[in-house]
Amino acid sequence: MTTFDITIIGAGVVGTAIARALSRRELSVALVDSAADVGDGTSKANTAILHTGFDAKPGTLESRLVSRGYALLGDYAAQTGIPLERTGAVLVAWTEEELGNLPGLREKAIENGYDRCELLSAEEVYAALPSLGPGALGGLSVPDESIICPWTPSIAYATEAVQNGAALLLRHEVRGVEVGPDETTVRTSGGDLRTRWVINAAGLGADVLDREFGYGRFTVTPRRGELLVFDKLASSLLDKIVLPVPSKLGKGVLVSPTVYGNIMLGPTAQDLEDKTATNTSEGGFEFLRSKGERLMPQLFEEEVTTAYAGLRAAVDHGDYLIDADAAQRYVLVGGIRSTGLTSSMAIAEHVEGLLREGGVRLEPRVEVVDPPQMPMIGERFLRPYQREDLIAADPEYGRIVCFCERVTAGEIRDALTSTVPAVDRGGISRRTRATNGRCQAFYCGAAVDACIATVGEESR
Amino acid sequence: MTTTIVADVAIIGGGPAGLTAATELASRTSADVVVLEREHEAGGIPRHSDHLGYGIRDKRRFTTGPRYARRLVDEAVAAGIDLRTETMVTSWDGTDMLVTSPTGRARVDATAVILATGARERPRPARQIPGSRPAGVLTTGELQNIVHLHHGSVGKRAVVVGGELVSWSAVMTLKEAGCRTEALVTRHASPESYAAFNLGGRAMFRPHLVTGHRVVQVLGRHRVEGVEVEEIATGRREVLECDTVVFTGDWIPDHELARSAGITLDPGTRGPLVDPLGRTDRDGVFAAGNLVHPVDTADVAALGGQHVARSVARFLTGEHLPNVSAVPVVGEAPFSWVTPGLFHPQFAPPARGRIETWVDEFVRVPRVTARQDGRVISRRTLPWPASPGRVFRIPWSVLAGADPNGGPIHLSL
Ligand SMILES: Cc1cc2nc3c(=O)[nH]c(=O)nc-3n(C[C@H](O)[C@H](O)[C@H](O)COP(=O)(O)OP(=O)(O)OC[C@H]3O[C@@H](n4cnc5c(N)ncnc54)[C@H](O)[C@@H]3O)c2cc1C
Ligand SMILES: Cc1cc2nc3c(=O)[nH]c(=O)nc-3n(C[C@H](O)[C@H](O)[C@H](O)COP(=O)(O)OP(=O)(O)OC[C@H]3O[C@@H](n4cnc5c(N)ncnc54)[C@H](O)[C@@H]3O)c2cc1C
Repeated sequence: MTTFDITIIGAGVVGTAIARALSRRELSVALVDSAADVGDGTSKANTAILHTGFDAKPGTLESRLVSRGYALLGDYAAQTGIPLERTGAVLVAWTEEELGNLPGLREKAIENGYDRCELLSAEEVYAALPSLGPGALGGLSVPDESIICPWTPSIAYATEAVQNGAALLLRHEVRGVEVGPDETTVRTSGGDLRTRWVINAAGLGADVLDREFGYGRFTVTPRRGELLVFDKLASSLLDKIVLPVPSKLGKGVLVSPTVYGNIMLGPTAQDLEDKTATNTSEGGFEFLRSKGERLMPQLFEEEVTTAYAGLRAAVDHGDYLIDADAAQRYVLVGGIRSTGLTSSMAIAEHVEGLLREGGVRLEPRVEVVDPPQMPMIGERFLRPYQREDLIAADPEYGRIVCFCERVTAGEIRDALTSTVPAVDRGGISRRTRATNGRCQAFYCGAAVDACIATVGEESR
Repeated sequence: MTTTIVADVAIIGGGPAGLTAATELASRTSADVVVLEREHEAGGIPRHSDHLGYGIRDKRRFTTGPRYARRLVDEAVAAGIDLRTETMVTSWDGTDMLVTSPTGRARVDATAVILATGARERPRPARQIPGSRPAGVLTTGELQNIVHLHHGSVGKRAVVVGGELVSWSAVMTLKEAGCRTEALVTRHASPESYAAFNLGGRAMFRPHLVTGHRVVQVLGRHRVEGVEVEEIATGRREVLECDTVVFTGDWIPDHELARSAGITLDPGTRGPLVDPLGRTDRDGVFAAGNLVHPVDTADVAALGGQHVARSVARFLTGEHLPNVSAVPVVGEAPFSWVTPGLFHPQFAPPARGRIETWVDEFVRVPRVTARQDGRVISRRTLPWPASPGRVFRIPWSVLAGADPNGGPIHLSL
């Protein structure tokens, strides 16, 4: 059995970003996840904002990594074709108290190294957001806050890692670890693995895994966030992110465009015990409706296209919990609650620093692949069905299967045969958007399943 | 280079309405007609609705959906239309219409356009029903696609949500797929709304009718394990166990292109607002089928397409179509929509001389009242009941006494 230099447990956006970074070194890397696809945990269900970090807690690791991650992922998105739109955001104050908090938030942004926030009068707020509900008193602009595709980053990172030789071990649930003097044995549902270092990027499961290393330092509380996604016909209502003024209860409910051309409302914040409770709830819907009707009254005149919930890995600790234990050759990457998509590449960079300090040699790999070109699934970019050149070269890019989202047979085939292939309908939808549209598979569900079955058979 | 499809009439959607309109135009005029259909076969919903119940009013036959669809396609092709399948209109701002097909991108240049894009059932998220997101949550459309076009399997025990004609179609398809319908859940109070099927359907399938209930939650992590329902009157809740749940009915027109072209919608149907000739408020743009009456049977959609085609034929010859400012026709509760939404004495009656409407509650002996500016124009008791879940038809003649210069006409029951 080979011994890996590094085994990363958890193939969410954080684990895949770490795998990508380390795959560019002269190291053997394994990336392990219990799920059948990468990015299938919290990373698939968030609000998809690339944060500037203007409102982070100054001086924290999170503040530093969010602002660094913002720059790194922004560049990577440009290289790989991850949909990203620099829409900007406006924080809207609805009460005198919130209005009074805005100057302080601007100061805080400066402490976080972000100095482009401007205070806005109520008139300026309505000029920027004509469909906003009545009663806004003023605002603060955050011109660089951006929207990004939440799914493509994990897939792009994993693709690059695998192309650089990393082993992607999906459907491998880690059940225990045994730390030996030189090597650690990782016991998984798919068999044992030997490795020198272990990186725990297990998200909601990070506390359980941490205990395997003899720790008892934190507990992950799943904090559920429910979201409603509105029909693309609502998109003319809004071209910027509308943020609430943060309160003691967290970031509150925002309304935002998405890179697929929808409008999104959410998230709620509810602490739970069940780490699998990604269901939506009556209470959540009611809450979002009451907030949404005030924020943007016309929103509920449009159809809801989909609803989902994600679980933040909340910990009783005001910052990310990233820590290396050189004696056990173990790094914990925990408590990446509500900013991990943005900070993912910076977390990877930080983990590299910890490994280096722990004595791991990080020689650049002699031959590395270029960043992968990811399928373009952003609404405001040229998609395959619009490209004469692609269709001429391969008519499958002109054969639309998912009508609502204009996804072609060529794209579905590609998703099923790519380096990190889709294995089910969820995987197809995250790579192509098929079945994510307003009809929710009324027209195309069966056809998409048929593609999965035939291409799956051919490649088996 | 993007090519151009040039035609006198471009029909978007090759379902019963679009195909019948095409056949009518091609056989009675010299117009060049192109039908743009995004599926790889034309025919629309009947293609995958493999049971009897089609073709009664238009073809005087009682046939199955797929047979009916094939006949409409054959007739249209025989009449000489240019039928383009796998050709989707992907954008239209009212001027520039673009399509994608395996042969590439193309621009459509047509003198007249008929929108016949149909309607779809609201899927679960649009009904804002919370819970988990397991496999086994379907609409009738997806169910029939799976069973009839792809010969796939569904579960073993289903709950069907909805009390419309289409709900029974789902029950039949489930049966064919070897899946038992455990219950039919409807928010309507009495099983009267199922009257149409009291004889055939109920006797044949005997599902448990859960009336006066709404679904409050879907349960199950990987596969559906049940639905939680609530009795609306009492708030009492219970779980109905099942491995499949089919959300039926609750239609929304496929109005994306109509909206992107800036065509005024009817607030009731959510499809384009049309007059009895099938005209929208955009010159040269007409609409027919389920897009304007979400949802009626296929034969009525087809006859509507034929009716609109006659208006288009007149439009093409430059014949004067009444250019008047029409009076809005509005439905009061329990009507949730009425169409056509515009009246003028110069207009010929709509297809089949009927106003089509949809009601939210069962009325055994409907007495239709038409009022304008507080004045009763007509009152008429109709010999057929008004039942939720299917179209209720009212003779156009109830509007005969309306004042063309007056305010909106209100229909009530
Ligand atoms: C509602 C909501 C909104 C958010 N909005 C934003 C936002 O706008 N911008 C932003 O930057 N961030 C946002 N976030 C935060 C972001 O989504 C997370 O920080 C990020 O996804 C965390 O990634 P991860 O890789 O740590 O966790 P995950 O994606 O959960 O990955 C952990 C992986 O570990 C695997 N795993 C766990 N235990 C085991 C085991 N024993 N064996 C094998 N595998 C295991 C899991 O299967 C999972 O795939 C939001 C989060 C939520 C919930
Ligand atoms: C489950 C079920 C059972 C039914 N059972 C019966 C029955 O027993 N008897 C009966 O008479 N009726 C029945 N109906 C109703 C009947 O099927 C419909 O009334 C009829 O199909 C409506 O015709 P249409 O042409 O308006 O729309 P559709 O049949 O929906 O056709 C619309 C067409 O437009 C195409 N289209 C849409 N947008 C575009 C675009 N942008 N570009 C290109 N093409 C586009 C679609 O692909 C589709 O083919 C049933 C319906 C359902 C869902």
